[in-house]
Amino acid sequence: MTGVSALILEQVPALRRYARALTGDRERADDLVQDTLARALSRLHLWRPAASIRPWLFTIMHNLFLNERRRSSRTTPLVGEPAEPALDRADSRAVMDDLDRALGQLADDQRAAILLVGVEEMSYEDAARVLGIPIGTLMSRLSRGREQLRRLLDGDGRPRIRRVK
Amino acid sequence: MSGGPVGDNDLQAYIDGRLAPARAAAVEAWLAERPEEAQRVAALRQDREALKAAFGPIAAEPVPARLVAEFGRRPPQPWRRSAAAALIFAVGAAAGITGGYLLQPPPAPERRDVVRDAIGAHRVFVPEVRHPVEVAAAEEAHLVQWLSKRLGHPLKAPDLTANGFRLVGGRLLSEGSRPAALFMYENNYGHRITIHCIPEPGGAATAFQYRELDGVNAFYWIDDKLAYAVIGTVQREKLLEVAKVVYAALELK
Repeated sequence: MTGVSALILEQVPALRRYARALTGDRERADDLVQDTLARALSRLHLWRPAASIRPWLFTIMHNLFLNERRRSSRTTPLVGEPAEPALDRADSRAVMDDLDRALGQLADDQRAAILLVGVEEMSYEDAARVLGIPIGTLMSRLSRGREQLRRLLDGDGRPRIRRVK
Repeated sequence: MSGGPVGDNDLQAYIDGRLAPARAAAVEAWLAERPEEAQRVAALRQDREALKAAFGPIAAEPVPARLVAEFGRRPPQPWRRSAAAALIFAVGAAAGITGGYLLQPPPAPERRDVVRDAIGAHRVFVPEVRHPVEVAAAEEAHLVQWLSKRLGHPLKAPDLTANGFRLVGGRLLSEGSRPAALFMYENNYGHRITIHCIPEPGGAATAFQYRELDGVNAFYWIDDKLAYAVIGTVQREKLLEVAKVVYAALELK
């Protein structure tokens, strides 16, 4: 295995996490990761070793995700039903479902901004680069997205997710 | 106030914890005068934490083989000691740690990689819904007595309620041919961390050390013939806070 392959492999857990939060679906997420890795391997010559490989991989994933969303109709529900029966669902599972449902209702670009910055802890510069937008646009998507997410989590008659004091 | 009026970008950076201390203080002062805005920002911060807590553990899951098939075998050591050492410093600096015990280099490699084994045990037991522990927190005294007896060393289950974690219980583990102890804690999101106590008969006391393995964070140290590891997928800084509480609690035994 080459050094670059090792660098890419190190990012797979984070790519899976981002894809899962982005798509709201485990299977779709792993398909997206697989496509991303295949694309990365085929385009390795385009990666500049001086640049961090993380934003590069996330950029590939973001573009593949957008392509898939454009192909499938916008009416496709992003979030599926929870697989486990309610009785067996731990607290964390219920929280996850609430978050998935709310995230699924956000605009794609807002959801991506929130996840890259808030979950992946990417710098604003890197997140803007991944999304191919100026940093000012990223900040306003972040702001609007977070506001919208708050409304979605608070509203729609569902119990508020539990807070840690 | 330093740095001019507070704008939305300041608030976002404040939510992300990315403001310089002076600017963060200015934002806090600004929020203190605007209770409604402060409440809104606090809620946004909590949402950010909730997302992290919910999706963080996915990075700790084993990667399905089909995803990495094209890469051949996974590297036996995905983390590098030099990188881990650099991270200890980065973490210490990021968390504003002043304690000297954190900023020492890691010791020579151990014969057995007990931290890797502990992370493995964390992975195995943390997803358990029905049987995460052998003895539940309701029988804490019995649990601690039992594990102390098996390890031949007085143990305790530190109180982590100030960090938002309550004891779930514990179990006996096998590390090499020796018994080891695991205490599991959980927060209101169902997010779990584990504390491992592993006999280290010849082990000299070491500094806090940090390791990340496939998205699982671990702080570990050796003290008084036991190796301790605090393991979880929570934010590194949060785990460090927990590790410091554990360290302090065990010092006072």
